[in-house]
Amino acid sequence: MHPAWSIIFFTSASGLGLGLAAWVVLGLIDLGNVINFFIVSVFTFGLIGTGLLSSTLHLGHPERAWRALSQWRSSWLSREGVLAVLVLSLLAVWFGWNYLIGSVPFLLGLPLVFLIGVTVYATSMIYASLKTVACWHHPLTPACYLLFSVSGGLLASMWLLAVAGQSFISEIYHLTYCLLILAWVAKVLWWRNLDKQSPESTLESATGLGSFGKVRPLMPPHTSENYLQTEMGFVVARRHALKLRVMSILAGGFIPLLVFISFPSSSVLLGLALFLHFVGVFIERWLFFAEAKHVVSLYYGEAQ
Amino acid sequence: MTSLPEPSAIKLGLVIDLDLCVGCQACVVNCKEWNTSGYGAPLSDDNAYGANPNGAWLNRVHAFEAGDAEDAKTVHFPKSCLHCEDAPCVTACPTGASFKRAEDGIVLVNEDWCIGCGLCAWSCPYGAREMDPVEGVMKKCTLCVDRIYNDNLPKEDQIPACVRTCPTNARHFGDLGDPNSDVSKLVSARDGFDLLPEQKTKPVNKYLPPRPRRQKDETPMSLVAMAEAQTPKGFWKWMDATLERLG
Repeated sequence: MHPAWSIIFFTSASGLGLGLAAWVVLGLIDLGNVINFFIVSVFTFGLIGTGLLSSTLHLGHPERAWRALSQWRSSWLSREGVLAVLVLSLLAVWFGWNYLIGSVPFLLGLPLVFLIGVTVYATSMIYASLKTVACWHHPLTPACYLLFSVSGGLLASMWLLAVAGQSFISEIYHLTYCLLILAWVAKVLWWRNLDKQSPESTLESATGLGSFGKVRPLMPPHTSENYLQTEMGFVVARRHALKLRVMSILAGGFIPLLVFISFPSSSVLLGLALFLHFVGVFIERWLFFAEAKHVVSLYYGEAQ
Repeated sequence: MTSLPEPSAIKLGLVIDLDLCVGCQACVVNCKEWNTSGYGAPLSDDNAYGANPNGAWLNRVHAFEAGDAEDAKTVHFPKSCLHCEDAPCVTACPTGASFKRAEDGIVLVNEDWCIGCGLCAWSCPYGAREMDPVEGVMKKCTLCVDRIYNDNLPKEDQIPACVRTCPTNARHFGDLGDPNSDVSKLVSARDGFDLLPEQKTKPVNKYLPPRPRRQKDETPMSLVAMAEAQTPKGFWKWMDATLERLG
């Protein structure tokens, strides 16, 4: 599949922002101080907001984007839009309450945390619901999106705690690296599934000509690349897939993990670790699209 | 609404005969011609006369080779929207622009609502939808909904443009929901099949397989043997004999 920058940035930035928001609403960071409040809210809304804005950039008609909120009964993309708008509004209320009245009762925040989780799940289901892209159509796809969001969000929270000079309990310290490891274990399993998957559809089933023997493409239907090929037949990444996978694990998992375990309270080093984590997830997301094969590419002679 | 309607009794669609298609591309061109000048935004091309032209077409004819060596078959393979009963492109649409008509099962796009997100094209296993490079909206086969119900056209033109133009009669249009229709009878007589049945889209359009090759003769015909067996007559007999005498 064609890896559009706008969509890659959308899924990685809003995923991280939503994860951060969940930990903030759970009360991990003390927002009593105005500067803390300012930094945390800018980061949370900045990540989610720019992610969502970026997702509208690849549309043919961004001015009609509001229409995408209407078909939540059938469409995961619509559900994601509705949930994102709802979560952003409730987060605004939550932060406003915090600023004007004081800290929001923990129990009142829990439904919001749940909605944040469902929003990330809905983002992943836009892709996981597509039967035409076999490697996406798998339960590990939402698992990876959720784990990257929750672990990245926690790493971001730990960095903000370090910036604010706040302390944390040791359970949170252990949870942070455990979640990071878990996220990348899930991703490695996802890649294993991608590599081992045997194709359900073949050129024989696509043409119905299997009874005559092996089917080969003879002539393409057009002389230059069309929309289907540029959108669904992206091949550049697959040549370097292994190198890119290793790079994403090193940048997104291994190095941030080592830095966090060694210097859990250093704001500068954690900032660097968070940046590297974002780069690693960005590469991972790029591969998520670039490595994925669409069933229509069968008609253009590509093995699944 | 992008939720699918209850399956309609009338299921309008195409039956494509892979035995007859010669890959002339006439259906492709007539489809483009009709749909660029009819309803909605024109079916545009980008850089049409440049080095790398790109455009939206609703019907494409591939060619495949099936089988090996002397048994290999060349099959010309037209492909357009199959107006699936369980159309994944419809349910994926976030805006309600994509819909399946409850009355006859035709899958259409309301271009004024389409945001051009492309998710419907991602959901379609057949590559039936193409983004218009100029308008930024999704284009697809309408089954010539503006011809088949158009009383301003002569009766013989009230069929899809691709069917009307096919010089070999490889394309048929009709109600596949009615078991007694001509197209349904054709499908059952010729063992018509679905493309990618495992994708569970329940396509309405059906394809008819190429007919098996006629029995091959045991010994191939030899032109040399045929020439030697011939005994010339008349003028050729005289010339043969004269040339022989000349030594």
